[in-house]
Amino acid sequence: MWRWFHRLASPPHLYRTAGALTPWFAFAAAILIGYGLVDGLAFAPPDYQQGDAFRIIYVHAPSAWLSLFGYTAMAVAGAIALIWRIKVGYAVAAAAAPIGASFTLSALVTGSLWGRPMWGTYWAWDPRLTSELILLFLYFGVISLRKAFEDPGRGDRASALLGIVGVVNVPIVHFSVYWWNSLHQGGTVMRLGKPEMPGSMLWPLLAMLAGFMCFFGAVLCVRVRAEILTRERQSTWVREVVAA
Amino acid sequence: MIRGGFWAMGGYARFVWPSIGFAVAVLLWNIWSARRHHARALVRVRRAIQMARSEES
Repeated sequence: MWRWFHRLASPPHLYRTAGALTPWFAFAAAILIGYGLVDGLAFAPPDYQQGDAFRIIYVHAPSAWLSLFGYTAMAVAGAIALIWRIKVGYAVAAAAAPIGASFTLSALVTGSLWGRPMWGTYWAWDPRLTSELILLFLYFGVISLRKAFEDPGRGDRASALLGIVGVVNVPIVHFSVYWWNSLHQGGTVMRLGKPEMPGSMLWPLLAMLAGFMCFFGAVLCVRVRAEILTRERQSTWVREVVAA
Repeated sequence: MIRGGFWAMGGYARFVWPSIGFAVAVLLWNIWSARRHHARALVRVRRAIQMARSEES
């Protein structure tokens, strides 16, 4: 385990591993998202209360899940880089931030479009919505802070620190619907015990969740490779790889 | 089942389709952005190699 971890910390090894994983993640994402969208939009039965509006869940829930997963991944990578001085951690954190931010925006927009017919408003200062909006601002802060320093090393360290501090918002987003009175519904899939959905609705949702995770993996691999190339461009191995 | 009113989404079409469209746009932006990021990184490395070669010569 530790040996694998140490090998992954080597930029050339991570560059090659990410390159090898990208097509597998991309293929799995295409299959899962394709199946999830077709089954969820065309074949799953309408909800007995929300009708066909509930189908927004097939893009909203995976986006919201990735917004939290992306932030946690970014914070963990930043922490690994800060604590063990593993430079590729900064590359992974830098690569994860824009992906996570884009899915946070997607969760907010799709949630807003779902809220209009169900709650009668596009936006409410509800605990879940507000904490998700704060998450988006945290992403913007982490991305901006990295670019705010002339010395890239200082930018990396400052943004990793902000990422770690901001991770406290992740459980707040997740548990806000239980801790406070909220318009937002509670967990449907990620809860203890049995999910509240019938299989005909649940399977396409699980496929979309898995598909979005694979998509995140594929895009993260491409971005990590780009970050490594930029950061290691003076290294001999990078020049050999690019020249080949 | 695909119904005759599939595109109408039971009267919620103006909320469902923009949601799907926005999420798909985010997926496509991520692909485009990651590929552009990688292409730019390759250009930077090639430029660095060229500069090193010109300094050597």
